[in-house]
Amino acid sequence: MAEQEFTISVPDAAIDDLRRRLRQMRWPDTVTGSGWTYGLDLDWMKSTADYWLEQYDWRAEERQLNAYPHRIAEIDGFRIHYLHFRSKHAGAVPLIVTHGWPGSFLELLKVAPMLAEGASDPFHVVVPSLPGFGFSERPSTPGMNTFRTAELWVELMRELGYDRFVAQGGDIGANVSSVMAWKHPESVIALHLNYIPGLYRPWVDDTTQPLRPEEIAFQQEAQVWFDEKGGYWHVQATQPQTLGFTLNDSPVGLAAWLIDKYRDWADCDGVVERRFSRDELLTHVSLYWFTETIASSCRMYLESRRAPLAFRQGERIAVPCGVLRLAKEEPMPPRTWVERAYNVVRWTEKPKGGHFAAWEEPEVLATDVRELVAPFRRPALRDDG
Amino acid sequence: MTVQAFHLPYSEAAVQDLRERLTRTRWPDTIPGSGWEYGFDLESLQSICRYWRDEFDWKAELDRMGRLRHLEFTTGSQSIHFVHERGRGPTPIPILLLHGWPGSFLDMSKLAPRLADPAAYGGEPGDSFDVVVASLPGFGFSGRPGERGMSTARMSDLFAELMNELGYERFACHGGDFGGAVSSWLGRRHPARILGLHLSYTFQDYRPALQAGAVLSEEETQFLRDADRWAQELGAYDHIQLRTPQTVAYGLNDSPAALAAWILEKFRDWSDCDLALETRFTRDELLANVTLYWMTETIHSSCRLYFEQRASPLHLAPGERIEVACGIAHFPKDTPFPPRTWIERGYNVQHWTDMASGGHFPALEEPEALAADIRAFFRRLR
Repeated sequence: MAEQEFTISVPDAAIDDLRRRLRQMRWPDTVTGSGWTYGLDLDWMKSTADYWLEQYDWRAEERQLNAYPHRIAEIDGFRIHYLHFRSKHAGAVPLIVTHGWPGSFLELLKVAPMLAEGASDPFHVVVPSLPGFGFSERPSTPGMNTFRTAELWVELMRELGYDRFVAQGGDIGANVSSVMAWKHPESVIALHLNYIPGLYRPWVDDTTQPLRPEEIAFQQEAQVWFDEKGGYWHVQATQPQTLGFTLNDSPVGLAAWLIDKYRDWADCDGVVERRFSRDELLTHVSLYWFTETIASSCRMYLESRRAPLAFRQGERIAVPCGVLRLAKEEPMPPRTWVERAYNVVRWTEKPKGGHFAAWEEPEVLATDVRELVAPFRRPALRDDG
Repeated sequence: MTVQAFHLPYSEAAVQDLRERLTRTRWPDTIPGSGWEYGFDLESLQSICRYWRDEFDWKAELDRMGRLRHLEFTTGSQSIHFVHERGRGPTPIPILLLHGWPGSFLDMSKLAPRLADPAAYGGEPGDSFDVVVASLPGFGFSGRPGERGMSTARMSDLFAELMNELGYERFACHGGDFGGAVSSWLGRRHPARILGLHLSYTFQDYRPALQAGAVLSEEETQFLRDADRWAQELGAYDHIQLRTPQTVAYGLNDSPAALAAWILEKFRDWSDCDLALETRFTRDELLANVTLYWMTETIHSSCRLYFEQRASPLHLAPGERIEVACGIAHFPKDTPFPPRTWIERGYNVQHWTDMASGGHFPALEEPEALAADIRAFFRRLR
């Protein structure tokens, strides 16, 4: 396969259109002094939209992004965008890192070079954009779920000459990585997750291995979380297209929907700028906006709900798995729950960080991946090219 | 407290702006051929929006509305828009008609004249009502609540005041959805004022108090299961509006196509239309309602009612029942509808009709059958 280089270049007309829409934003009303009670705070949103319009510079961001090694490949007839950080160091282990929703390859721009450039334990890092996200193609047939994505990834890695590799991911990326390890144990050296997919269901045998108190507590906690914060999931998993009309036509509508999650899920005590700069946030939002991938990215929830990560009796993922649990992550299962279907060889807990491990705590994530993989670095795995 | 004439606002600039926004709608992609599988069908929405832009006539709709008597009641900082039609008959009794979400006072356009002037529709003049069709606070031409806590419980107090101001010491109520909730609260908080409650739906947050050891019937258990499954499959809007209405309101208030999809999806899901929206409603009917939300910018304030409702749901205390006489019209294609026994735990049900057809918007879908049922129920209470 010929690797094809890719450069981001948003047309001027799209930038002008965005600015016009921002200027013509029709703001909703709110309740006096309600702040963040009813959702994303109106004053905050107004000032952020104003910044987007008056100060934010997409072209500057675009130039920076184009310094990274963007590639496009056609796998199985499907166009995949990815970043390919080939390490200069000998003995690099191939690694595929998959983002989630509402993320993108942008989340991984800090951690990927770190992993590629480590001299003593280098990786060849591949960072693909999920189907329907960023610059990857938007699926035009039903059923592009995490299982099919996993097949595309294994094929992509093979095409790149990486027959055996490490898989890392959080959120949807954790789901895709788990499926790769489950369905292609011959290809996956080790699995590293910083989140356990919400649709993960191990086989539970009530007689030999009944649920433990901490597992029951987790299920209750997850239910409360879903009731309070799961509205986005609910609509994306059942009627995503209806939501898509809103978010694809209104840039502020899109920004509110996405930033609500960055704020809610990051370790920021409700002050999103403590973790992410406005430029960072708006580049994430702008990527969704310019690529018009909000509807397709939301559809992934419906597709995944139809194909959950559910294990039947006797089914397990044999590949060694490391889990990094950051303190402010959304409900994370106890180790025992994960061990029911995963071969957990490493379990790390850290006091800082939330759902966006690679974006919030890249050093911590990089260290944890390196330490998980260290025992599996054998000469046979070394890449001599 | 004042009641004064209300002039329907019309802005040519707003109509122009709406058309321009519709023209430059940035449509999302879809899976070709997927129809309604992922939500509102793209092609259907595009066709509706083309009609909205090119043919729908908001001015004509307002002119039609303008034939009725529009008034505004103000109490404190809250204004309430309503239409007042005197009954034609020997002894009209007052009735308050209350809509729900995502409807508006327009839902009652066909029902109101049938109640005010039954003789004109083949009925008995003795069944006539003085009709008050109100817009809930935060909906249509009523003011948008600027303070927290405008739940259906609070609204019931405001409507009791409004009816008092009109000189109606005792009155009948009809409603479904939120309108049913406000009516129920009127029955609960102002029983001496209410002649009877006629409901086409008990709001989803209604819960009777179950005595210790109470056993649910098989039908009741099945209903609770159905309601739960329905909430999982079709209840995402509710989930969002209950928790973070503001977050979704940014886009809905900015994009007319999005607003149409968000609202009309419910008319399709909840009505008796075999999922073919336009077999039940005309485009003009549907778009008049959507345009009302658009022009009044009330999508956020209307969605907030779900949030407000969370703090004061209609949960009855042990041993409590709303004692006002209650009539239920059950339209078969409504969203999960409780069995009679479940409603009887909390309401004094004296009348129950199982209708042959119709869904969640009976005043629009089956105005004749609904009017007949309301007349029949209140005939005994006159």
